[in-house]
Amino acid sequence: MAFEGLSERLQKVFSTLRGKGKLSEDDVRKVMREVRMALLEADVNFDVVKNFVKQVRERALGAEVMDSLSPSQQVIKIVDDELTKLMGEEAVPLNKSPHIPTIIMMVGLQGAGKTTTAGKLAKYLINNEKARPIFIAGDVYRPAAIEQLKTVAEQVGAPVYEEGTDKDPVDIVKNGLAKAAENKNDYVIIDTAGRLEIDDKLMDELTRIKDLAHPNEILFVADSMTGQVAAKVAHGFDEQLDITGVVLTKLDGDTRGGAALSIRAVTGKPIKFIGQGEKLDQLDVFHPDRMANRILGMGDMLTLIEKA
Amino acid sequence: SFSARFNRFLANFRSVDEEFFDDLEELLIESDVGYETAMRLSDELREEVKLENVKKRSDVSDVIVKKLVDMYDEEGKEEDNSLKFSNDKTPTIFLFVGVNGAGKTTTIGKLAHRYQQEGKKVLLAAGDTFRAGAIEQLQVWGKRVGVPVQASKAQTDPASVVFDAVHRAVEEDFDILLVDTAGRLQNKEGLMRELEKIKRVITRELPEAPQEVLLVLDGSTGQNALSQAKQFNETTDVSGIVLTKIDGSSQGGIVLAIRNELHIPVKLVGLGEQMDDLRDFDPEKFIYGLFKELIVGSGE
Ligand SMILES: Nc1nc2c(ncn2[C@@H]2O[C@H](COP(=O)(O)OP(=O)(O)OP(=O)(O)O)[C@@H](O)[C@H]2O)c(=O)[nH]1
Ligand SMILES: Nc1nc2c(ncn2[C@@H]2O[C@H](COP(=O)(O)OP(=O)(O)OP(=O)(O)O)[C@@H](O)[C@H]2O)c(=O)[nH]1
Ligand SMILES: [Mg+2]
Ligand SMILES: [Mg+2]
Repeated sequence: MAFEGLSERLQKVFSTLRGKGKLSEDDVRKVMREVRMALLEADVNFDVVKNFVKQVRERALGAEVMDSLSPSQQVIKIVDDELTKLMGEEAVPLNKSPHIPTIIMMVGLQGAGKTTTAGKLAKYLINNEKARPIFIAGDVYRPAAIEQLKTVAEQVGAPVYEEGTDKDPVDIVKNGLAKAAENKNDYVIIDTAGRLEIDDKLMDELTRIKDLAHPNEILFVADSMTGQVAAKVAHGFDEQLDITGVVLTKLDGDTRGGAALSIRAVTGKPIKFIGQGEKLDQLDVFHPDRMANRILGMGDMLTLIEKA
Repeated sequence: SFSARFNRFLANFRSVDEEFFDDLEELLIESDVGYETAMRLSDELREEVKLENVKKRSDVSDVIVKKLVDMYDEEGKEEDNSLKFSNDKTPTIFLFVGVNGAGKTTTIGKLAHRYQQEGKKVLLAAGDTFRAGAIEQLQVWGKRVGVPVQASKAQTDPASVVFDAVHRAVEEDFDILLVDTAGRLQNKEGLMRELEKIKRVITRELPEAPQEVLLVLDGSTGQNALSQAKQFNETTDVSGIVLTKIDGSSQGGIVLAIRNELHIPVKLVGLGEQMDDLRDFDPEKFIYGLFKELIVGSGE
């Protein structure tokens, strides 16, 4: 990537601070300026960055000086702590219904990775719980969306309920749920068409599907390469659907993935899984601390603390 | 939108001081123009404002808009954003590349529709043999716009499908061949080499082809778009960019960064999922659209 990680940036700042026993307000400001730039370059939303920096600065200035750490080490530690906190402390498991089936609905922008992630989730559930999931093909708009889902479903060995492309997705979901009840499937995964959060008609369709199906999980699937707009999009989906969780896709790329932080900050909803490839076993549980390091380009936090 | 926020920003500012330029930098960053571009813009604006000794709000916004448009024009001086076609009887070939889900297949469908409407003989090549349903997706588009699709079975070597398509295009006198490829992230070496091979196959058959290698970029992409443009350009020598999904909330400010740092022209923009939702990129209109409210609002 073209960007320096925060580690390199901070090392430059620290080299000017080295030997100082106590950080002045000005020193903290210098460090925080680098943190701010690193976050912005990672595509973290501007407002999110602003609040974060303010919070860390306050904590850094008010912090008791710990014997074990130099003042600069302490600032890094505070940054890391706060960022991990903001990302959500630990991995949050999937919501489950007390009775079968657990209903999971995939939503998000066009091309984010909903259909692929639906397949990955099914595989994950089959592998971990010997689950018997069924898919409902709720995307009647994208060319060959149903063929795509069917191919994916075949690869994981789960059935698809579909009615072609001429029916209302809400009706398809209704009939699909009846089918799932009849088959006693323990999971129902509803694939929906990609849509813009500003598309009232299509967003209303999702609301109708939600009101009918009462999903246990509404997973907002987001492309980790998204820029500043990630916050607005996530807010739009959350406001209209009250999403229950987030899946971040395409993290096998070289993006810093600042969108993760923005989405988490504006929705407050947990990121549950990350997609790390196109293959159906490339779904991983989300780890906030690893994501925090990735966004900052921190490399190994410990080495940084040692060097400071 | 950028311009709405920019206007709000201008309405709130009192004097042209350092804080003003700090805020301006951040505002530009928020529009995905990228850190370097934002810094450069605001530095040059700082100079300009000083030079012209402006103090009034309305004057400042005038200077800024003028400067932005100038800079945009300047960066694009050597650029030609028209699509290139074959000079002789051989078919024109456009190769589409880009990361997963950017809009390659859809753009091919839209462009096929455009050329079909113009009376050209169009062939599509289903070079994505990897993703589930990719071949069927292109075939649905082919049917929708009434053009044939050269395809083989899923999971076969994409280079061989492309080879077949090139031959067919030559033998059956097609005017244009649009080649779809599987989405791939730019850091995947093996997949990038596969793309290189696909391009080589085309050039080996027709030395002048492909006339265009179009990198399809999702308009809501952040700074990673720069890495995409760099890596795809290194592998396949990208001749133009298609900016998709600008019907969404993001207006593609990343284009400014790409323009400034990589000098690859944007040639087409996608603004919807239907076959008519494709436009030639018009830099002036784009800039005007981005700053429209600002330009209109600055008179008060
Ligand atoms: N590299 C990589 N590619 C992914 C990942 N998840 C999905 N993809 C790819 O991204 C592209 C889009 O994925 P889809 O599952 O079709 O996305 P979608 O959200 O269903 O798209 P629409 O239905 O058109 O809105 C495909 O090429 C997938 O193979 C991931 O984690 N890593
Ligand atoms: N709103 C909007 N959606 C678009 C646009 N272009 C493409 N899409 C949608 O984005 C999704 C992905 O488009 P594709 O054409 O399948 O993208 P791709 O690059 O071929 O994807 P892969 O082959 O999986 O890498 C589909 O749902 C398209 O309908 C656009 O300009 N605007
Ligand atoms: Mg889909
Ligand atoms: Mg495609």
